[in-house]
Amino acid sequence: MSDAAQIIVEDVCHHYRPSVGREVLALENVSLEVREREFLALLGPSGCGKSTLLYLIGGFLPIETGKVLVDDKPVAGPGPDRGIVFQNFALFPWKTVRKNVLYGLERQPLRREEREKRAQAFIDLVGLTGFEESYPSQLSGGMKQRAAIARTLAFDPRMLLMDEPFGALDAQTRSLMQSELLAIWEKTRKTVIFVTHDVHEAVFLAERVAVMSARPGRIKTIVDTRFDKADPEVHRTKIFVDKVDEVWNLVREEAIKALEKRPS
Amino acid sequence: MSNGPAPKAVASNALVRYAPLLFLALAWEAASRLHLVSSLALPPLTDVAQAWVELVQSGELVTNGLSSLYRGGAGLALAIVVGGALGIFMASSRPANAMLGPLVELFYPMPKSALIPVTVLWLGFGDGSKILLIFLGCMLPVTIGAYNGARGSDRHLIWSARSMGAHRLRMIWDVVVPSALPEFLNGVRTALALSFILLVSSELIVSRQGFGYLIGYLGANGSYEAMFAVVLTVAFAGFLADRGFQSVVMVLLRWRE
Repeated sequence: MSDAAQIIVEDVCHHYRPSVGREVLALENVSLEVREREFLALLGPSGCGKSTLLYLIGGFLPIETGKVLVDDKPVAGPGPDRGIVFQNFALFPWKTVRKNVLYGLERQPLRREEREKRAQAFIDLVGLTGFEESYPSQLSGGMKQRAAIARTLAFDPRMLLMDEPFGALDAQTRSLMQSELLAIWEKTRKTVIFVTHDVHEAVFLAERVAVMSARPGRIKTIVDTRFDKADPEVHRTKIFVDKVDEVWNLVREEAIKALEKRPS
Repeated sequence: MSNGPAPKAVASNALVRYAPLLFLALAWEAASRLHLVSSLALPPLTDVAQAWVELVQSGELVTNGLSSLYRGGAGLALAIVVGGALGIFMASSRPANAMLGPLVELFYPMPKSALIPVTVLWLGFGDGSKILLIFLGCMLPVTIGAYNGARGSDRHLIWSARSMGAHRLRMIWDVVVPSALPEFLNGVRTALALSFILLVSSELIVSRQGFGYLIGYLGANGSYEAMFAVVLTVAFAGFLADRGFQSVVMVLLRWRE
């Protein structure tokens, strides 16, 4: 892969400060490079700080120590170069699907018809044709997440930050959405950072899987997961099963550590 | 139900719903006609209705009603705009919250009718003092509603808007304000009820116009039928205002499940 690093995280530490109780070290000396057009999964047990790392790259949280560079520039806040998709969809509940998808386009120098056309194209892409005028409360979980993905893709960010986007979906919907996401990624080739705690999902989607340690979060290892995933039965191939095993063993240690640290 | 219930069902529903009112009206009429109570204390409802027609014909009810409507409307509108903005501002700015929060807490439980003489002292007997009173009395429930609603904004929605290029003010308008809407509207409903209370009591005490003045004047002159007619008009106006407000809320919050 000849593409240069687009996102560079260097020696980042971050504390989580709850409104009550003492502060917790969430991330410790995390360093990571993500190449342009790469699909990277951030995998780790709950509470390992993987979402926090994503939010730091997104510019949503202040950087305490270390550096986060995007396109060689330090991150100073959120921006439309980095689109985000959350587990809870974060659709504007008072806007229809169409208005949600239009939101990011409204701040772009496009003519009105052009915006409408683009919004419709992405609504069609995620299979929500006919639901343009529905409010999020009228949609199922899977449809909400499709709408959220359409909204983020529509304003054409160069990087996609996905925070356990399929975590709230049932197993069938999730598997369907994974295949669709992979298809979309192959078509658009955006840089993707995908946070998950699901080993299968990480191995299936990503080119590289960064396994994080239990709190305080560190990058434990990065596993190369590039192989041919076009086969609809890829889940049963030996290479897939071996990769899942390899990653699973790495995660298991951390999950056990995380469990032991949990106050009982 | 896409077609809605049949018109006949709607009519019979309404009949069942308001049947207690009908019984109350009949009991009122009977109690007075049968001299179960003094007709001075409770004039027969039919006499009250007749007095109401006379009040409308003489124009007194309309003139005084318009005067009350203007005062209540202006005071409430100010309270909604200023109170709403204040609540959003307090929720969006830590220093603003630190400065204004204690003041809001201090004045919220105060009985606002205590301000009647104060506003008269400042602005005299006319419209100004009523508008100021209603504004001051109705503002804080709106402020607190808007504040609580805005504070509950989902940070993921805020982040989404920011990542789609919305700057801070734009984000507040697009995310914080609509997030605050349900609780803000609850505050407005409380304020609406309060505005009627403050309007009539202030007019009753110090005024030469308005529903409250008319009630006091007619009572003092022994025109009890007419006095009851105005009291019932105010009650009905309050009911209509609340109903009207509820239908506005239904439209504004149609996006909720």
